[in-house]
Amino acid sequence: MGFFDRLKQGLSKTRESLNEKLDSILKFTKTIDEETFEELEELLISADVGVNTTLELIERLRNKSQKIKNPDELKVILKEEIISLFPKENISLDFPTIMLVVGVNGVGKTTSIGKLANKYKNQGKKIILAAGDTFRAAAIDQLEIWGQNVGVDVIKHQEGADPASVLFDALQAGKARKADMIICDTAGRLHTKKNLMEELKKLYRVCQKEYPEANITSLMVLDATTGQNALIQAKMFKEAVDFSGIILTKLDGTAKGGIAIAIASELGIPVWYIGIGEGINDLQEFNHQDFVEAIFA
Amino acid sequence: MAFESLTQKLGNIFKKLRGKGKLSEADVKQAMREVRIALLEADVNFKVVKELISKITERAIGHEVMESLTPAQQVIKIVNEELTLLMGSKQSRIDFSKDITTIMLVGLQGSGKTTTAGKLGKLLSKDGKKPILVAADIYRPAAIKQLQVVGEKLDLPVFTMGQKDPVDISKASLEYARRHNYNTVIIDTAGRLHIDDELMSELSNISKTINPNEILLVVDSMTGQDAVNVAEEFNKRLKLTGLILTKLDGDSRGGAALSVKAVTGCPIKFVGMGEKLDDLEIFHPERMASRILGMGDVLTLIEKATQDFDLKKAKELEQKLKTQSFDLNDFMEQLSQVKKMGSFDQILNMIPGLSPQKLKGVQFDDNELDRVEAIINSMTMEERSNPAIINGSRRKRIAAGSGTAIQDVNRLLKQYDQTRKMIKQFTGIDKSRKKGRQKLPFFGF
Repeated sequence: MGFFDRLKQGLSKTRESLNEKLDSILKFTKTIDEETFEELEELLISADVGVNTTLELIERLRNKSQKIKNPDELKVILKEEIISLFPKENISLDFPTIMLVVGVNGVGKTTSIGKLANKYKNQGKKIILAAGDTFRAAAIDQLEIWGQNVGVDVIKHQEGADPASVLFDALQAGKARKADMIICDTAGRLHTKKNLMEELKKLYRVCQKEYPEANITSLMVLDATTGQNALIQAKMFKEAVDFSGIILTKLDGTAKGGIAIAIASELGIPVWYIGIGEGINDLQEFNHQDFVEAIFA
Repeated sequence: MAFESLTQKLGNIFKKLRGKGKLSEADVKQAMREVRIALLEADVNFKVVKELISKITERAIGHEVMESLTPAQQVIKIVNEELTLLMGSKQSRIDFSKDITTIMLVGLQGSGKTTTAGKLGKLLSKDGKKPILVAADIYRPAAIKQLQVVGEKLDLPVFTMGQKDPVDISKASLEYARRHNYNTVIIDTAGRLHIDDELMSELSNISKTINPNEILLVVDSMTGQDAVNVAEEFNKRLKLTGLILTKLDGDSRGGAALSVKAVTGCPIKFVGMGEKLDDLEIFHPERMASRILGMGDVLTLIEKATQDFDLKKAKELEQKLKTQSFDLNDFMEQLSQVKKMGSFDQILNMIPGLSPQKLKGVQFDDNELDRVEAIINSMTMEERSNPAIINGSRRKRIAAGSGTAIQDVNRLLKQYDQTRKMIKQFTGIDKSRKKGRQKLPFFGF
């Protein structure tokens, strides 16, 4: 199955519901009036696109509405406008790379790391995982099981250890074993906990200091069911570890993932990967065009 | 700033209203538009918002506001009332009607079921129950281990059967509880998507087999518009008896709580407020509504204070205040009392009138308290009871001993001095009024 199909399948629920709604709105509207815009606004908000971004999109549609004759055309333009909100950059990794994987609690960091490791191992990269979540009960075991399943080394200490020291060891191991990628798991933390965010900054500094030759390419994991709070999460984590992209997880549910549009538009942060299932292969590279197409197809 | 909290937003809106003597229909409409945006940004479901706004508008435009002398106050009151009403008018408790109370925790992946299972067990064992945790998440790697570790930390027993069928595990756990005299069984189920038919059937099979007293849906408070779909589907398949809202110690407030309650009609029974394993609280709808509206949560603060303050020590302190022999030992004692109430951020959030906006840039570092403690610990007994003798060389020694700078020591002594002065004033008032109530001197960190 190609990427497009996979994505479509994963997003089918989203697509059906969104599309049905969109069609039902447009079907009965012969002329485009205020009500049409209001309903479109509601539709976007119900997809977690957020008030600001929604209002902006609607405003753009409104400006172009004079030229638009029928509702179908409106759909095409809305699609184009959404796509135009995404940054144009793609995934770029220069090896050796150190990847700090960060995010709030329960978004799927450890699972995503397992999938990432699998993906890049299959591309022939040598990978080392660092069990940097020393806080949550059994997080280390969870990563270890992933390590075994994928067949990559896991550097770990015991629960309660300093994550910076785990990372330090992983960096040394990475250098010695000439690993292409060192992927570091971190404990889930709310972006409002100042001391925990400081801990992340320290991890970032350790990477800079101990392995300056490597590229630090951090990723933030974001649960697609998250609402508007994701914006401030992204902002705070960006400040702490300057992450390059987002892994948008749990897109196989009914969550619309519209928050990705809001983040792209308001913060200019791209999505790199999406998680569309619990299997080891259920991590896909994100393609904004396909994403929007899949929603409106 | 784009990411203002709901409290702040509504605060700003009503500041505009407050400037006016009387509200016109247009005023109300404009304010309602802002309320709508604020609620939507707080992730309240758009259908719920629609209903809420039409109700509030109706009441606000009606005679209630027009006749009142302070229309803005009246609008706030209406919004508050409607919010409270939506969240359930009173708190609800766990159903303990059977010999053995069985509680099933269900929800999406990563909503915090396992941690909540531990917290709930702790809370109930404080209430005199004998809980046992049951590991029924057989899918996620190391989930069973996680529950075991949580149980160990809390000194709660954990029932496991490895990767067996969750229905069998649940059934066996009830048997086990009966034999070993546990009266509360908390079942931690695997996280699942509400549209995963197979796994949802598994849950309804467990439910049919053991007929639990409570099926609680664990909801991440940061969830967006989809929270409603999730809750509806779980409710349809399982007949939920209540909700637990987790991660409420972040800065996303209320939205998911409001919508989920409104759509399912299930009461929110508990809220998870922090990383520590005793950070689970009973949900108080009226307090929550006040908090959203920026009126603070005084009731929780008072409850926390009375719960965590040692009465005997407070009496002693009171005596000391009266005789004005308040020294650094007492200063530290008070500090540890305050610390017991939770982190500064948590306490500040409950104080009315302190909007996050006003506190912007003020970071309350709990380490500050540790530093103060270290400084006082580095003093001799004599210095603590008579701080006046602390001269330059003693300051130097104390700073070195506590790993701080002399400036820190100086600042602490100055704060202590201010506190003392204030106490003098307080006790002066006390004498004239003859009221023997405990006063809390102010700390100026």
